[in-house]
Amino acid sequence: MDELVIARSLFGMTMGVHIIYATLGVGLPFMVLIAELMYQKTKDKDYALMANRWTKGFAVLLGVAIPTGTIAGVQLSLLWPGFMEVVGRVIALPFQIEIYAFFLEALFMSIYVYAADRLSPIMRIVSVTLVAFGASASAILITNVHAFQGTPDGFEIVDGKFVNIDPWEAFFNRSFFITAGHVTVSALMTGAFVIASIAAYKMIRQRGNTREYKFHHKALMMGLVIGGIFSLLTSLNGHESAQQLYQYQPEKLAAAEGLFETQRYAPLAIGGYTDKEEREVKWAIEVPWALSFLSDDAFDTEVLGLEEWPEEEWPPLFVHTLFNSMVGIGSLLLLLSIVGFTWYKILKRKKFPRWLMWGFIATGPLAMTAIEFGWIFACTGRQPWIIYHVMKTEEAVTTSGNIGLLFVLFLIVYIILMISTVLVLRYYFNRNPISEELDQ
Amino acid sequence: MSEAFYAITLIWGLVFIYAVMATIDFGAGFWSMIYLNRNNTKATNIANRYLSPSWEVTNVFIVAIVVALFSFFPGATFTLGTVLLIPGSIIILLLALRSAFLVFSHSASSNYKRILTIISGITGFLIPALLICVLPITHGNFIETTNGAERLLLGELLTSPSVYAFMAFAISSTLFLSSLLLSDYSNVSGDQEAYDTYRRDAILVGPISLAMAALLVLTIRNEALWLYENLMNYIPWLIGSIATFALGYASLFIPRKTGVGIPRLAMISIVVQYLLASYAYGSAHLPYIVYPNVTIETGFTDPATFRALIVTYIVAFFILTPGFIYFWRLFLKDKRYLKQNES
Repeated sequence: MDELVIARSLFGMTMGVHIIYATLGVGLPFMVLIAELMYQKTKDKDYALMANRWTKGFAVLLGVAIPTGTIAGVQLSLLWPGFMEVVGRVIALPFQIEIYAFFLEALFMSIYVYAADRLSPIMRIVSVTLVAFGASASAILITNVHAFQGTPDGFEIVDGKFVNIDPWEAFFNRSFFITAGHVTVSALMTGAFVIASIAAYKMIRQRGNTREYKFHHKALMMGLVIGGIFSLLTSLNGHESAQQLYQYQPEKLAAAEGLFETQRYAPLAIGGYTDKEEREVKWAIEVPWALSFLSDDAFDTEVLGLEEWPEEEWPPLFVHTLFNSMVGIGSLLLLLSIVGFTWYKILKRKKFPRWLMWGFIATGPLAMTAIEFGWIFACTGRQPWIIYHVMKTEEAVTTSGNIGLLFVLFLIVYIILMISTVLVLRYYFNRNPISEELDQ
Repeated sequence: MSEAFYAITLIWGLVFIYAVMATIDFGAGFWSMIYLNRNNTKATNIANRYLSPSWEVTNVFIVAIVVALFSFFPGATFTLGTVLLIPGSIIILLLALRSAFLVFSHSASSNYKRILTIISGITGFLIPALLICVLPITHGNFIETTNGAERLLLGELLTSPSVYAFMAFAISSTLFLSSLLLSDYSNVSGDQEAYDTYRRDAILVGPISLAMAALLVLTIRNEALWLYENLMNYIPWLIGSIATFALGYASLFIPRKTGVGIPRLAMISIVVQYLLASYAYGSAHLPYIVYPNVTIETGFTDPATFRALIVTYIVAFFILTPGFIYFWRLFLKDKRYLKQNES
């Protein structure tokens, strides 16, 4: 295999691992905050207990989120020195500001975890809020660089050199707000559904209407409501993201939809797979005119097809499947939370049927899968460019070789970290079961 | 003075802060491993009590340095990123394992604490030894350029006496600085036994670290004459550094009412010693970031980016300083934290 593919696989693997922890690092502190606020409103001790237990889990996850984030940050310079040279000149600001957010998060995380017994209740909430703020800010700022890669702004190129650099214009590039919004709301959604999953799993193993069952029921409803709200926001924002692709990265949209011919009244292909030889999406359900309408709110919108670009500039065509899966999962999650809410609050049924419980258990893993698909789509859909229409990925990659060996080393370490995360979490929560804490 | 000079000074400042914080952090991990099997577990507790809250913050500094480097000197990023691929990757792998297991050990049972302590102890001296290799690599002898592509000569690197002198210096300094800080820390906590242990360690390692520093300068003369000649322009700084070492070392023997030695004074003098020495080394290294191709002028970022970055530094300084002070007061000054008996 050539070095470019291995370098991309290595960095992709790092991001694939890191975003699991980073997403929960954004989503969980928000749930903790909601639980703290619910406790203040209802004075129901269960919510305080939730906040407490989720923080314990979050602290363990952060133990991997921070080092994998460190790896991602350093690996950028090691694997993509050509890219980071441009980053340093043009889009250094988000990285730099992210460091401050990272400091804020690390300082107050240590304070919250190791000095909890000496903090006043106000300072505890302030600390956890700053942790949540630091985590979200980190995510938004890193996404800022990703947005820049898709819509590079704030410089001109004269004779191959970057001149007239305006770092703030690069920072506030065209797709920053929508892209950062997408990452944030989808992370909040995922955090909520992971909570819902765990609660549903615990409920299904309980017999009868025990105290513990009620505790998990509250957590489940909280997860479903917050998850539902943010999956709705994610889908609204996702629609804007797609329109933004239509405007700024049309070949990415064409690849996502498997559209080869430029046309008005373009159909939307749902499902199926893109066949490069026959230049069509096979086995898809086609909704006539829908793509044109979704792209720019009018049926006669002309949507550019892949034929407009030379084949070597096409993104890989499997992104159609990733894109569909992401949208499909998002819609399913929204549906599940609406059904759950309706069942309990409007139909006033006290118990959920078993099939629905299994649906709830699936929400967390599904949401995380959608996050992974979304990231892979966003980054491979930009290929062959590392900076859209400015620099190709192959120009940025390191020339030093030996990446295959590193790939294996990192793979081993990630496996160790992921397995130990699960073991540590299981150990901790088995030793401190909820039934004991409820009795106190 | 040029903007590039201010930028490199800022980076060197960050490197220095990280070097001090990290050596203490890594050293504390090492000591807690060494004293794991002792019956007087207080020395271990002291090390852990310092280590638990501080590593996360220390860890951020390493990312801060990398980011500052490619933001201010993107021209150096290409060379450094390329030649540091292997050593850099190994460092971040070890760091990741260490950080994760430090957090895990907080939630795990005491059966696992042993192995977790050993991991943190071994990485505690491996990481500084590897980190410091970045310095001899920037001296330029281990970089080969073929067809415009730079490559690190790993074989040559691993057989260079200079590299081993740097490693020995890093390890002995790690142990010296951390034993000093921990002796001060245990003194503040009022833990006489731990204080005696760490004071003895400091007395033992101190002269070794100074000898290693001298050895290091000698190997520089053989392998990077340009650097050695520049360094000789900073003789007064080096003498000052030796003098502050003498002061710090002597203050470990000054009798007091409750015992022997003033660890706080020793700690401060030794930090000043390293500051003077690193100023001399850093200045002698200029204008090169990586000898002989990358200087601070050729590697410097766009002026507009530089100014924007400085603005964020100033804003962040005012936002983060209260956080650092709060942190300091909770963990390094609060008697309730220092004196607690951790199980």
